[in-house]
Amino acid sequence: MARVDINMQVRSVNGSIAVVSLDGEIDVYTSPKVKDFIGKLIDKGTYTFAIDLQNVRYIDSTGLGVLIGGLKRVREHGGAVTLVSTNPQTRKIFDITGLIKVFDIYDSVDDAVNALK
Amino acid sequence: MMQAREIGTEIPEIEIRVPSRAEWVALARLSVATVAARMHFNVDEIADLKLAVAEACTNAIQHARESDEIVITCRIYNDGLQVCVRDFGIGTEAERIRSRDLGEPRVGGLGVYLIRALMDEVEYRVEAESGTVLTMFKKLGDSAR
Repeated sequence: MARVDINMQVRSVNGSIAVVSLDGEIDVYTSPKVKDFIGKLIDKGTYTFAIDLQNVRYIDSTGLGVLIGGLKRVREHGGAVTLVSTNPQTRKIFDITGLIKVFDIYDSVDDAVNALK
Repeated sequence: MMQAREIGTEIPEIEIRVPSRAEWVALARLSVATVAARMHFNVDEIADLKLAVAEACTNAIQHARESDEIVITCRIYNDGLQVCVRDFGIGTEAERIRSRDLGEPRVGGLGVYLIRALMDEVEYRVEAESGTVLTMFKKLGDSAR
């Protein structure tokens, strides 16, 4: 089987901002895992996220759907989501879909976190 | 509409059959990427093809009820690669080919939009009794021909 997987880690900055680092490929197989991971953090009361996509080698519409769904949920609580990516293909997909206007995408985690403070 | 094309190599057609389940979509997209690499598509074009194939397979898994298998057929032409993604399920034409309005961010509906944006030609054929075929074509860049 062409096995794909996604590794997910979270760390807290200033006690309120969750930096979620994703490593791997986000597709129809792995996106439910990402949705579950972020969803549990929201359930526990985290509403401000910097999501690091620097090590995401591939993302498709199901991954975009997870990010949109997370954004909608945190906005209901006055929260926000910033993204980190310098990958040209990832940025191209956000550009094509118009999501470049919905998400603020930064070149570094520090920039993405600072934008949330 | 697909244009009529001249077949380009001695191995003009490659067929890949995968179970209609999420864990097999990676195999489908990587297989097509391998074909594209052998045709000397560049890295960006291969990434476009991988994404379009994955979106087509995802669409089939999500909308083709009662389909056990997805068949991906690659046809190599002098000017590019044609990829047909066929499922054998029951799905309505409207829910398959709807390309979403980008005005409102929401979950879902982006797949068909991406396919149309990334590929040079796209055609859906819904057959009431036998499933759906999505045929798409990606032109080779001038430097690769």
